[in-house]
Amino acid sequence: MSKHTLSVLVENKPGVLARVAGLFSRRGFNIESLAVGPTEHPEVSRMTIVVSVDELPLEQVTKQLNKLVNVIKIVELERDTSVRRELLLVKVRADATVRSQVLETVQLFRAKVVDVSPEAVTVEATGTQDKLDALLRMLEPYGIREMVQSGMVAIGRGARSITATAVR
Amino acid sequence: MTSATPRPAPAPKPASPGPAHPRPVPPRPTPPSGAPVRVTGAQSLVRSLEAVGCDVVFGIPGGAIMPAYDALLDSRGLRHVLVRHEQGAGHAATGYAQATGRVGVCVATSGPGATNLVTPLADAYMDSVPVVAITGQVAQSLIGTDGFQEADICGITMPITKHNFLVTDPADIPRTIAEAFHLASTGRPGPVLVDIPKDVQQAVTSFVWPPEMRLPGYRPTTRPHGKQVREAARLIATARRPVLYVGGGVLKADAAAELRELAELTGIPVVTTLMARGAFPDSHRQHLGMPGMHGTVAAVAAMQRADLLVALGARFDDRVTGKLDSFAPEATVVHADIDPAEISKNRRADVPIVGDCKEVVAELTEAVRAELERTGAPDLAEWWAQLDHWRQTFPLGYDWPADGTLSPQYVIERIGALVGPDAVYAAGVGQHQMWAAQFVRYENPRSFVNSGGLGTMGFAVPGAMGAKVGRPDLPVWAIDGDGCFQMTNQELATCAIENIPIKVAVINNGNLGMVRQWQTLFYDQRYSQTDLGTHKHRIPDFVLLAEALGCVGLRAESRDEVDEVVRKAMEINDRPVVIDFVVGKDAQVWPMVAAGTGNDEIMAARGIRPLFDDAE
Repeated sequence: MSKHTLSVLVENKPGVLARVAGLFSRRGFNIESLAVGPTEHPEVSRMTIVVSVDELPLEQVTKQLNKLVNVIKIVELERDTSVRRELLLVKVRADATVRSQVLETVQLFRAKVVDVSPEAVTVEATGTQDKLDALLRMLEPYGIREMVQSGMVAIGRGARSITATAVR
Repeated sequence: MTSATPRPAPAPKPASPGPAHPRPVPPRPTPPSGAPVRVTGAQSLVRSLEAVGCDVVFGIPGGAIMPAYDALLDSRGLRHVLVRHEQGAGHAATGYAQATGRVGVCVATSGPGATNLVTPLADAYMDSVPVVAITGQVAQSLIGTDGFQEADICGITMPITKHNFLVTDPADIPRTIAEAFHLASTGRPGPVLVDIPKDVQQAVTSFVWPPEMRLPGYRPTTRPHGKQVREAARLIATARRPVLYVGGGVLKADAAAELRELAELTGIPVVTTLMARGAFPDSHRQHLGMPGMHGTVAAVAAMQRADLLVALGARFDDRVTGKLDSFAPEATVVHADIDPAEISKNRRADVPIVGDCKEVVAELTEAVRAELERTGAPDLAEWWAQLDHWRQTFPLGYDWPADGTLSPQYVIERIGALVGPDAVYAAGVGQHQMWAAQFVRYENPRSFVNSGGLGTMGFAVPGAMGAKVGRPDLPVWAIDGDGCFQMTNQELATCAIENIPIKVAVINNGNLGMVRQWQTLFYDQRYSQTDLGTHKHRIPDFVLLAEALGCVGLRAESRDEVDEVVRKAMEINDRPVVIDFVVGKDAQVWPMVAAGTGNDEIMAARGIRPLFDDAE
């Protein structure tokens, strides 16, 4: 099975997320990551869905998604031709003895500290899944007290817009 | 044969447009077209239903839908059929839609009223039937508080409707109703639910018609792709063992005439699925019958040995294909359907065609005609010799029960013969349904109404009721089982009171017959909970039950009573008629492809495997 990133433009209406999530679960498709947010058009929201499926089931996923009345457009974003980012907030144990080492790691990853307390720092990082995984591996020895991660968002490279043609 | 106790016929009622108005109807203001009118949300709903062309709704009032019912009293031209259970309303809407091609409408209150529609909505969804359900909802201030009779019916029906709406602004009612009817009846048809909170029904708003629909994500493809059609035509013109695999989509697209033209142009054999019975005349020489688990040997064998399957509005359901990996192993597949998601869902299509069957078949016929002019007609003589061999060696048939009881197949065969093809037949689910599909000869589209995909026991009586309301000009016969009949027979009271004179043939074998058949074949004759005791105790007595429900009750228990009792029923048109056909419990549906096996293992009768024998 391979991972596929789908950008799904939907009408900004109540219940749309439930329709999409319900469709995935009842058709037996597994969502790896899901992010929803507004677009430049107030009536349109954009979902970025990462699914782990083979080519044929992927065709079923997109066809079934397309049947949802509130779904306007689906585009699969390829790894090479799109920018993908996730956001990570992680609270690392960092007392005075190790704080400087933690901060060094944070700088190496071009992450930033967004909160400090005597025993811990909270680090914010964005990037691809690989980069965030690497950061987490480096921070793990100090002790991760808590972490939260967003779903992936992605956008195609170049001047073309997938919303321009989908929305009048 | 027992005939009914004489009883006075109920006072004749107008067939339409429904009950007399108990209070005077105020004259309706007639504003210039398109100008807004001040109304309540409920009045807006009723006007929208009238404007969209709805002529009848099936339903039951309750707390949260009372404003709508109050407005309904003032409606001219909108008939309301007061059912006894919301499930009956839902199946009636389905029966109406299946028999007429128009959108069927049912109405229920919030909570239990709405949840009682769940089964018929799931049923309509599986069979792609255009149905609109309108439900009351608790007032918006109560939504989410577990208020009295609150149920999240939009959440509940999300996976079993094509779409659903919760209306939060009364000004949205006309647009929502227009969109609901549009969604239900276009593309791949299906049920749509509109949930309207009570305060939205009560609020004052303005009614404007026609509203502007806003469905940016809904663009069904109806015109087929020319290149794909030509590719399909090329395959059709060169195939040696082709089969037209016809599904319910052909009926929904009203494409029976186009299908016949294609079939006769090419000389290709036709099979019609359970949902497509009537799409091609049973009397036609090229018709091999129904494919699938209880299909004819000829239809099943033709698909198994085909080199080309042309699937038209069919979805390769497991009841048709049997074990998928051994289904039609040598066939190239042309798959035409209006729903792109059906194509290559179960069986990979070599030539996919997305489009409305009427346009697809018409364009395909022209493309094939052009192709045949170039290449000449293919020689199907060898193929037909093989098909005729199967047809003659393994025709549909049945044995009379050894214990001297009445044969259920005989009863159904005689009903079909006496009533004829200009009628609508509705079936429940089980053995009687399969026999109704096998032994009634269908000649016309929309003459067989049943629950295919969901397999909803109890569909027949309310389904027939809806069909009769939609087609009052035709005799409507429900062919039901005694198990099914006991699930929904309360709607006979509706039929009796609302002047909907259907006939119900209860094929009473005293058992849940299809389950019993499987117990006989696959569970070592261990009959767990399939004997309903109907025979042993005559509980219920269907004749007395029929009469209690305002119908004529008749009974036949032997072969020589069958014709007489059917004829008698045919003469009664002022009331519904129920015939209790007491039949043997051991009759089985044959042929059969056992669940989980491949279609090559079809048994013409127990232990007889035509396709295996062929190979030896």
